[in-house]
Amino acid sequence: MESIKKSKFNDTVMQSVFFMSAFVSVLAVIAISLFLFLRGIPAIAEIGFMDFVFSEKWGPVNTPASYGILSMIVGSIYVTAGAIVIGVPVGLMCAVFLAEFCPEGIYKIVKPAVNLLAGIPSIIYGFFGMQIVVPFVRDNVGGNGYSILSASIILGIMILPTIISISESSIRAVPESYKEGSFGLGATKEETIFKVVVPAAKSGVLTAIILGIGRAVGETMAVVMVAGNAVMPLDKIALLKPIRTLTTNIVTEMSYASGLHESSLIATGVVLFVFIVILNASLSLIKFRSSRN
Amino acid sequence: MENTALEKSVLNKRKTKSLILRFMVWLCGILTVGILAYILLFILVRGIPNINMEFLFGEYNSDSLSAFSSIVTTVEMIVISLIIAVPVGVFCAIYLHEYAKRGNKAVKVIRLAVDTLAGIPSIVYGLFGMIFFVNILGLRASVLSGVLTISIMILPVIISSSEEAIKSVPDMYREGSLGLGATRLRTVFSIVLPTAMPGILSGVILAIGRIVGETAALIFTSGTNVLENPTLDLMASQRTLAIHMYMLASEGLPYSKDMAFATGAILIIIVFIVNFAATKLAGRIGGLSNGK
Repeated sequence: MESIKKSKFNDTVMQSVFFMSAFVSVLAVIAISLFLFLRGIPAIAEIGFMDFVFSEKWGPVNTPASYGILSMIVGSIYVTAGAIVIGVPVGLMCAVFLAEFCPEGIYKIVKPAVNLLAGIPSIIYGFFGMQIVVPFVRDNVGGNGYSILSASIILGIMILPTIISISESSIRAVPESYKEGSFGLGATKEETIFKVVVPAAKSGVLTAIILGIGRAVGETMAVVMVAGNAVMPLDKIALLKPIRTLTTNIVTEMSYASGLHESSLIATGVVLFVFIVILNASLSLIKFRSSRN
Repeated sequence: MENTALEKSVLNKRKTKSLILRFMVWLCGILTVGILAYILLFILVRGIPNINMEFLFGEYNSDSLSAFSSIVTTVEMIVISLIIAVPVGVFCAIYLHEYAKRGNKAVKVIRLAVDTLAGIPSIVYGLFGMIFFVNILGLRASVLSGVLTISIMILPVIISSSEEAIKSVPDMYREGSLGLGATRLRTVFSIVLPTAMPGILSGVILAIGRIVGETAALIFTSGTNVLENPTLDLMASQRTLAIHMYMLASEGLPYSKDMAFATGAILIIIVFIVNFAATKLAGRIGGLSNGK
């Protein structure tokens, strides 16, 4: 009797331990948003929302100081768009290759390669970009190499594994009957895949693209090493010119910032965080919609 | 007659188009592997010749740029963050899969939180760690601040792979154990967890990979400082291997660039081992659930 009681007691105690451990993630999300906002929002209020988000003047050490991050927001959008333009077609094609064309022997090489690509640290991508991509762009395309283009190329490579693995599994999930229907109508294998299978897998592909955007927007170290990081006035932003993004703004100035300057960098993080939350929300929306269909 | 000629030309066009598509698909597959191979070979070929005993185990100074104390810090950080994050993550997975009732509101909230944590960029973790651990808790820039920050960061990886592994344990096993009179807790610890262990371990290994490669979250929490000789002092500000590489790469001197290659080669070798081990282990749960 005693031992049964004791084990019941243990069961209840451990159940609450399990629950509390599960709740740690919730606490972490609350703490991260709370402290980020507590430090960031007052800074935005002090600078003025319009002067912060919609001004391109960034000069925290000038007198009078200015704290506009519009060109960093635009910069983040440009490099992310560039990454999508480069990464999505290649990634999607590679996913089609893995799911539909790849002989088994080759699959055993390509699939682990994709996983390995996901495991390479961003610092390695950044260093590779600095040593190979930047000189390549400088010598063959123009500018000094540290540019939106170089950052887009590196980010495009970095989002490949995300795009490939998620698209591949959603392509594989398309029912065989769709393909048979298309073959029955006389379509070739390629026509079937690109006109029937890929469109049928579109919610998975969209998920992959959004996760890719999230990765590209949030990437810091790889971008800081190839983008040149100069703050550009909006009308001077160009493909072959240097660029500063939201993430690299934080990492380039934090080490010597203090006071409102430091808070404005945290506020830059708040803007980034809001971007990510919006992306996450749209992901849940896609999940919700596709589960309803 | 004319009609069939038209049909033929349409068919030929379609065939050419299909051929081009097939070529593109193969090209992109090869391109992906090619890029990976290029990056790996580029770093390894230029890095490995620069790895020597002095670099691996020597004292750090401006001549040697030795990675020894960064290696020690990296290992220290891995061990302590795993001690913190693995129990929390595995317990969370146990709660989600073994204890929570279906349609439970708390489960939805927890899942949403885990997904959110997985999507937060590392620089935001770095900012949070700087605000909370370094400043508010007063831990200063130290290995401890870095460890705490990175423990939160690796939680989602551990939770999702543990949950995946626990899910793959056949219900039969649980029913057998419960039928013999074991409590739910006993069933979890003596039946479910041992069966799910390879999958959990593969998540742990992936987490190690993340810790080893992390830079942005650590730069403002554990800092970029480097000591001549390694210390295990948790309150010391110490750089990890990845930050060592970043610092060397941004110095821009030819010698420091060589050493950045060497550090990169070490990182890649670690990532290689980590990926290989994780895949091998994850493959093993598949075998188990096929009824062995």
